[in-house]
Amino acid sequence: MVIAREFDYQRPDTLAKAIQILEEYPGSVRLLAGGTDLVAWLRDDAVAPDLVVDIKDVPGLHALELEGETLHIGSLVTFTELIESELVREHAPLLAEMAETVASQGIRNRATMVGNICSAVPSCDAGPVLLAYDTTVHVVGPDGERSIDINDWFVGLRQTARTDEEVVTHLTIALRPHGGVYVKLMRYAGEDLAQAAVGIVVYPGDEYRVAFGAVAPTPIRSIRIEEALRGRPLDESLITDVVSMVRSEISPITDMRASAEYRARMTEVMLKRGLMAATERLAGTGPAYGTRLI
Amino acid sequence: MDLKLKVNGEDWALDVAPADVLLDVLRERIGVKSPKIGCERGDCGSCTILMDGRTVRSCLVLAIEVDGHEITTVEGISYEGFSELQNLFLQNNSFQCGFCAPGIVLAATELLDHNPNPTRHDVQEALAGNLCRCTGYEPIIEAVLAAGDGGSE
Repeated sequence: MVIAREFDYQRPDTLAKAIQILEEYPGSVRLLAGGTDLVAWLRDDAVAPDLVVDIKDVPGLHALELEGETLHIGSLVTFTELIESELVREHAPLLAEMAETVASQGIRNRATMVGNICSAVPSCDAGPVLLAYDTTVHVVGPDGERSIDINDWFVGLRQTARTDEEVVTHLTIALRPHGGVYVKLMRYAGEDLAQAAVGIVVYPGDEYRVAFGAVAPTPIRSIRIEEALRGRPLDESLITDVVSMVRSEISPITDMRASAEYRARMTEVMLKRGLMAATERLAGTGPAYGTRLI
Repeated sequence: MDLKLKVNGEDWALDVAPADVLLDVLRERIGVKSPKIGCERGDCGSCTILMDGRTVRSCLVLAIEVDGHEITTVEGISYEGFSELQNLFLQNNSFQCGFCAPGIVLAATELLDHNPNPTRHDVQEALAGNLCRCTGYEPIIEAVLAAGDGGSE
């Protein structure tokens, strides 16, 4: 099946040109990075751009580096690059653990993590992990640069805080010693979208970040659960307490991949296992990153 | 739009529309038929090609995006006879209908390029996005393990 819709295509070679196109083009525009969502959506007629702007020739968007204690991830960094990066393995292995669960090798070679949160589907794997990491999203538009707290990024189903005239240049994550976990429920081992997902980061002093995927219209963070965990050593009764809060924090739906009840119940189980694994990893024990917990 | 690319070592220059998908251009314009039209949404792996040495789903790439890039398909790795991996697929009777074979050959080729001695888990992960409805995968996995250094766990 071909893409029925006709559209224009431009591939600017500077960021300034890309923004100028976005600002001046009269019709609707879609940005293209890896294209693993966009091309499928074009074929489905789910999006109807007049122009597709391919940003892969924009220099500077490929960077994946550590600046002091800040991890800088350019918007063209693919999931495969995250998995294969020594820097990520050493400083933020949670990103690699998450990236390994994304689709298949052939998709990960092309799909970017920033594209994943720009598509902003409820099950986007990067969502819970970037929420748990207190990530900052950096965009540039006609009015200059702007930083967006990841907590303000997901504004609705497939909707983000990026305006139509802005380009995401990179993400930053302020790193300090931590343990993390990404637990993803799928229908089968191998490739699948998440039926439900939990992303957790824990810092010394029992300071937690807890986020969920595929159980609400957007990836969501649970401040209530984080507050309940804060400053208290993790034990059986604390886990029971916070697990009992899960259902009031999420709003799962029933669809072809899972029922709402199954999603809710499994999210409880995954939160429990995730909290234990993240805490153990902070202590230098626990299952190796990449180990499947569900 | 002008598209220049290299396919299996051969230079091509074509005029394509922005909406033309790489898979269709490879099959219909360039005449390379090993990438198959399967799900056309990146799930089945039958349209897998190597782009600059890494597997991509050619059903999810616009042709114009690969301007200046190098594409390799099963035809390209077989000009001088089968690779060791392909011979092992033959010996293991790995394929029946063969529809998934081009994608699996390329996915396994990429794996072995980056990881010459993969474990069974590595092989399963690398091939997780390539669906086969005939074999149950075992003879495929066995062949890839044999192509490594014996497939130690």
